[in-house]
Amino acid sequence: MEKNKYKHLVEKHTPKENSIYNGLVAFTIGGLMGVLGQFLLELYSYLLHIPTSEASSYMIITLIFIGCLLTCFGFFDKWVHFAKAGLIVPITGFAHSMMSAALEYRKEGMITGIGANMLKLSGSVIIFGIVSAYLFGLIRLVLMGG
Amino acid sequence: MMMYVNSFLFAGFVCFIGQMILDHTKLTPGHVTTIFVCLGSFLDIFGIYDKIILWAGGGALVPITSFGHSLIHGALERANDFGIMGLAMGMFDMTSVGIVSAIVFSFFLSLIFEPKD
Repeated sequence: MEKNKYKHLVEKHTPKENSIYNGLVAFTIGGLMGVLGQFLLELYSYLLHIPTSEASSYMIITLIFIGCLLTCFGFFDKWVHFAKAGLIVPITGFAHSMMSAALEYRKEGMITGIGANMLKLSGSVIIFGIVSAYLFGLIRLVLMGG
Repeated sequence: MMMYVNSFLFAGFVCFIGQMILDHTKLTPGHVTTIFVCLGSFLDIFGIYDKIILWAGGGALVPITSFGHSLIHGALERANDFGIMGLAMGMFDMTSVGIVSAIVFSFFLSLIFEPKD
């Protein structure tokens, strides 16, 4: 009886501590990703002599490439275990979900495997993004005239 | 230099909220990224996200919220010229870079690499 009580107490208290720790880790890693993005933005605009608004495309391509490559080498999954939302929420998570789906289904062939399943995980992001953007765009267009 | 601090704070803040949602609800990472994309496009109704980008720079462009923002931003830019049809015309103006590069990279890399388990 005493043991069960103790177990119950432990169960009650462990997730709370983990949650704060996880939150801090996600905050730090996510923040560092943001700093990396800002650094790449300034680096590209300095190297290529372009305004930062154009450099953002180069920055996003670089981050997506890094995310895909790290997924291929198998590092990304280990890091996600540690950093969780810190790596899922940035654009690298989008690249990771696409890459891992493509890798997982490559055995089933190019068309029925990679082609049919690549958007399995990231499709929801694209579809809900488009639907919500269309809806909110329509609202803004009707309410404020663009 | 202030931009780097702002980037760190904003990107960290978004990830922190994501982690809180993951820990305290039963939603999966797929739900979280979808919620953030919708949130990003919602914040652009009143042009709030544009101000955040001016304030945080790269830190606001890295989280997935910027994906939703650039979807609606491109759509509204075209809608100024073409009306409601412009929404569909300009939807991918700014996001095509991300989507196309992600698809192309994952396609070619998946031909080369084996899944690691």
